[in-house]
Amino acid sequence: MDWQPSCSPELLSLRAQTLQKIRRFFAERNVLEVETPLLCSAIGTDPNLDFFTTDYQLPPKQRTLFLQTSPEFAMKRLLAAGSGSIFQICKAFRNGESGRFHNPEFTLLEWYRVGFNLSQLMNEVDKLIAFLFDACPLQATQKVSYQSLFQQTTGLDPLVFSCQDYAKYAHDSDLIDATTLCGHDHVVWLDFIFSHQIQPHLGKNALCMVHGYPACMSSLARINQGNPLITDRVELFINGVELGNGYYELSDAKEQERRFDKEITIRQGNKRPNVVKDERLLAALELGLPDCSGIAIGLDRILMLLSNSATIDDVLAFSISKA
Amino acid sequence: MAVYSTSEFKAGLKVMLDNDPCAIIENEFVKPGKGQAFSRVKIRNLKTGRVIERTFKSGESLEGADVMDVDMQYLYGDGEYRHFMKPDTFEQYQADEKIVGDAAKWLKDQDSCTVTLWNDAPLAVTPANFVELTIVETDPGVRGDTSGGGGKPAKLDTGAVVRVPLFVQIGEVIKVDTRTGEYISRVK
Repeated sequence: MDWQPSCSPELLSLRAQTLQKIRRFFAERNVLEVETPLLCSAIGTDPNLDFFTTDYQLPPKQRTLFLQTSPEFAMKRLLAAGSGSIFQICKAFRNGESGRFHNPEFTLLEWYRVGFNLSQLMNEVDKLIAFLFDACPLQATQKVSYQSLFQQTTGLDPLVFSCQDYAKYAHDSDLIDATTLCGHDHVVWLDFIFSHQIQPHLGKNALCMVHGYPACMSSLARINQGNPLITDRVELFINGVELGNGYYELSDAKEQERRFDKEITIRQGNKRPNVVKDERLLAALELGLPDCSGIAIGLDRILMLLSNSATIDDVLAFSISKA
Repeated sequence: MAVYSTSEFKAGLKVMLDNDPCAIIENEFVKPGKGQAFSRVKIRNLKTGRVIERTFKSGESLEGADVMDVDMQYLYGDGEYRHFMKPDTFEQYQADEKIVGDAAKWLKDQDSCTVTLWNDAPLAVTPANFVELTIVETDPGVRGDTSGGGGKPAKLDTGAVVRVPLFVQIGEVIKVDTRTGEYISRVK
């Protein structure tokens, strides 16, 4: 019987040390550790996320519950209720995601800083990463805007979609499947080009923070006040590995509801399982989310980088194939 | 033929792509936290041998290819075709020089090799990793030389030319690694 762990004893211990360091880091900053439910009655509408569902039996009733894809909605409800700055280390679940950097069940560190804008949050991220990597220090942190990065690498403007220019670039770069896969979808084009041509080269032994994403990729981030074409969103990369995603959080309930509706329509168009919008989150935003920035970081990938592991299985006690 | 989805793309899987049979070498699941999931696949075209990189949207699928590697015995060449036989059923197959390609220079009558069949027709021929062949042509060696140093070219009975140590002579049988084309040792 194939019962043995996926990872070595050293990795179990590295994980335990890393969790301790994270707790110390936030304790020193008076950020409160919280827990929110893994089982939820509503789930994110993100058109690219597939979720797990489960049946809650309470005879004679039965309800469908979701395993969270992230703790974001519950944590925002705590923030709206006046919790102050909070962090959480928890499991998140994404159906169908399996590969060298993906396990359908994985560990997230997510935190929210009340009163922080995105650049203040980025400074704190920088400090946390430096602290976690203190045994094998990284090179100087790079901060770069999505637009300049995209333009430097491809000569294309990511904020203004020109299907013709994008297709020509793909053709010249031997990306033969791009035109068929991306069609006239600006966001898919950006995902394709970024993940094939740009991301693999980001953050050579350094933390690279990419900020100012195109507005069409804003998810739950605020649109930038000075430039409506970009959004206050940041992504983290080390050695080409995507580690985290943060926002200056959208607090406008109306705008949030419009985005939910838009994503639900896209899901229906793509024949993805139907979802309902989280009315409790909307009610909380209606009451008022304090100005805050938040970010989620994949801890398993941090452990992969700390231990030079080739696959996520190498850092998990039991990967999905052994779960 | 079965249909395979991107999550089933494992190294070695044989699929049809652009009407050619191909073998998956590597499949990487690429998924931005917020964004479209792709499968980046390294794939070998089994007709041309070329390795290319392709990208699929997660969940796309390809038809399987009826491709099998079969151990066969090389019988003989008639100038136009090379003939092979399955040792268990005595079933015979013929392949032209284009299909046999570089493998031709390592094929000796009666030796075993691997024939890749696509829809039951030869697609490629792979010689055994190690073959034993006779030297038919080489310069006389220099007395006292050991295996170190430059060596000399030697022509083998199949037509292949390999570098051998100076002490190896015409008529001797040598063992060669067909993957690198390198001399391994003399065979007693």
